[in-house]
Amino acid sequence: MITHRLLAGSALAALALGPAAWAQDTHPVTGEPLAADQTFQYRMLDQFPSIDPQLIEETVGGHLARQLFEGLLTQNADGTLREGVAEAWSSEDNQTWTFTLREDARWSNGDPVTAQDFVFAWQRAADPGTASEYAWYVELSQITNAAAVIAGEAEPSELGVRAVDERTLEVTLAQPLPYFPQMTVHYTFMPTHQPTIEAHSAAWTNPDNIVSNGAYVLEDMAVNEFIRLGQNPEYWGAEDVIITEITGYVINDANQALTRFQAGEFDMMDDLPAGSYPRLEAEMPDVAHSVPRLCSYYYTVNQSESGHEALQDARVRTALSYMINRDVITDQVLKAGQAPAYSFTHWATADFELPEIEYSLWSQEERMEKAMALMQEAGYGPDNPIELDLIYNTSENHKQIATVISQMWRPLGVTTKLSNFEWQSYLEIRGNQNFDIARSAWCGDYNEASTFLDLLTTRNANNDGKYSNPEVDRLMAESVTMSDPQPTYSQVEQILAEDMAILPIYHYTQNFVLDPTIRNWPTENVENNWYVRDIYRVAAD
Amino acid sequence: MSVYILKRLLVAIPVLLILIVFTFVLMYAAPGSPFASERGVPPAVLANLQAQYGLDQPFHMQIWRYIVALVTEFDFGPSFIYRDQDVNSLIAQGFPVTLTYGFWSFLVAVIVGGALGILAAVRHNTWLDYLAVGISIGAQVLPNFVLAPILVLTFTLWLGWLPGGGWQGGQWQFVILPVIALSTSYMASIARIARASMLEVLTSNYIRTARAKGLSARRVILRHALKPALLPVISYLGPAFVGMITGSVVIDIYFSTGGIGQFFVASALNRDYGVMMGITILLGALTIFFNLLVDVLYAWIDPKIRY
Repeated sequence: MITHRLLAGSALAALALGPAAWAQDTHPVTGEPLAADQTFQYRMLDQFPSIDPQLIEETVGGHLARQLFEGLLTQNADGTLREGVAEAWSSEDNQTWTFTLREDARWSNGDPVTAQDFVFAWQRAADPGTASEYAWYVELSQITNAAAVIAGEAEPSELGVRAVDERTLEVTLAQPLPYFPQMTVHYTFMPTHQPTIEAHSAAWTNPDNIVSNGAYVLEDMAVNEFIRLGQNPEYWGAEDVIITEITGYVINDANQALTRFQAGEFDMMDDLPAGSYPRLEAEMPDVAHSVPRLCSYYYTVNQSESGHEALQDARVRTALSYMINRDVITDQVLKAGQAPAYSFTHWATADFELPEIEYSLWSQEERMEKAMALMQEAGYGPDNPIELDLIYNTSENHKQIATVISQMWRPLGVTTKLSNFEWQSYLEIRGNQNFDIARSAWCGDYNEASTFLDLLTTRNANNDGKYSNPEVDRLMAESVTMSDPQPTYSQVEQILAEDMAILPIYHYTQNFVLDPTIRNWPTENVENNWYVRDIYRVAAD
Repeated sequence: MSVYILKRLLVAIPVLLILIVFTFVLMYAAPGSPFASERGVPPAVLANLQAQYGLDQPFHMQIWRYIVALVTEFDFGPSFIYRDQDVNSLIAQGFPVTLTYGFWSFLVAVIVGGALGILAAVRHNTWLDYLAVGISIGAQVLPNFVLAPILVLTFTLWLGWLPGGGWQGGQWQFVILPVIALSTSYMASIARIARASMLEVLTSNYIRTARAKGLSARRVILRHALKPALLPVISYLGPAFVGMITGSVVIDIYFSTGGIGQFFVASALNRDYGVMMGITILLGALTIFFNLLVDVLYAWIDPKIRY
């Protein structure tokens, strides 16, 4: 009897502690036992140039922005859309979009997050006075007058975004865009706190000044060393956030970072040392991961006047592409789960139906045979050889791939001069078409095929090969207003393959190591967007 | 003496000016721009960026403005890449870190290296000499970019004694590995120089006289041999000290200390004109200053030298 009473008593006592005490022991949904230590540490490749959402232009800052700020919409672990500051969104015609903001969204200083905050931030992104290197993203989203504002021909206030009332944001687009909501996930469109920016100007992102509206707030940082974020108690979903503290360590050297990861100093790192993945996967299968990542690796072919004249002939480009044995590159050079590419758009892009590109179905022998024939037809070959300048930005992987491919081209009578440049020089050389072939890669800015295909339209600023086909331009322009543009995208891919506009090589994977006690990591998010508010640490067995 | 010091300081001004102009020219001669990005910056935005940083001005105006701001307000200008920071604040955050591990490395290198070299010379051709020479040659041929990963593998991964990087405001656990990695090769050089010069001094006539007088070995070495033997060491210490306190790319990159060393490479690669200039000027000024200090010390140690 006494035992029973005691048991009942302790159960009551436990109940009296309330749900919070229970929540610390087990996960509220899955019931997994949680670790007492709910901090998350990860490695950052480099010091981020900025954490101001409208000024960020690279991934390290982007990851931080997703913890510190929250846009209209965010993503679930599988990359699908989920409400953020907006709890509802709708459009009759895909051209005027209305977002209804949640009532309980708060800035870290307690101010409500209003529609006006988004208007301010979006105007700020487009305003040439802000000098945002991502201003083009506002233009890409088709918001009315974006191009004019960015060019300084219209006032920022003329941008097609309006606060109807405190909780209603209305966005007007120059033309219908069915995937506009996806685009609002991007950090450029995250809200920023006007009074803070006005009070502190560039220094507003200092730990002492910053006001943010995400699940976490900036607590401390040291340049080139670390950044620490703590929970934001004002965050509307704070109750469901389990990880209490995030620390990012700047570690430039990948090998050094891996050693420290293995010593247990942090929980996650990507950008693994070149060639290390197969070993890691073999030694630590529950730690090493390889998941699709929305980037494509390809060779840009200079089809402008400044390139080798042979490259203006589609037959020569096609022959070059056929000679590349992609399987050798993915299976013997990279060895980390990458997929051979015959299309520009990454195979894992949302809703994208990978078209059956004819040459992807042939054997490599067949391709090589056709390549020789095409080359001969075009009047080139071992008796009339071509010498091409192949440029790449300095990296061991790029060098290996370039070396392998230049060997593959030899039978065609094509010799290559390989030149590597560090990034800034390489960008300038590629942007000015001072090359024949240039190693390139493109990562999707949003999860939709047009983020890739737009690049090969005539007027696109990043079309460094100067490929131009009016049919592609027309189809891409039309696709914007279609309710289902996917068949058009497939059609465009077919044209690109026929013209061999670029030489696709492989589709990226994201390779990373993750401590196995960290759960709910968004491995299915092909944009590699992760939100720490959704992850948690289980107790080690 | 004070006239000499004043003269040297006055000469430093044109030297620094030449350094500034030269670096400026080299920087602008390099292709690329701090604002180049793969996504292509819209022209109006680029124009604004350039105006914001004064890059729209003619070249001579840019140098002039830079020098005026530097001289009148001691302002190194903005960073072109870290848009939330200016160069003064980057140096203010990074330099104390570098100074700390540089200072400790210097101390370790001088004490250990000096002791090793002198010991080897005094016990010439004994096992102690061979050991000391062996250690210093070993340390010399082991570059710090090899030593640093070995240290982290050993002390962090295998033994688990020390953190593999970070700084955390300079807590001792975080300082040890950077100091070992940075000081080792300097220590080796100091040991070799000290040994060679001590050997030379010990064979000189006045030491033989001192010994003949019947002075104890300790007194001969400490009173008579040490000071002259240290002269070549000191001429090496000036540049070595500057090298250590201005940081090392390798140490900063391998140990994520947050020091200013890594800006050398990063600012050049990023075309961060502001940081590149700031670091170059800082390094230049420190080099000039410590070279002067070494010359003054020389005069103090060696009575034969007079300015």
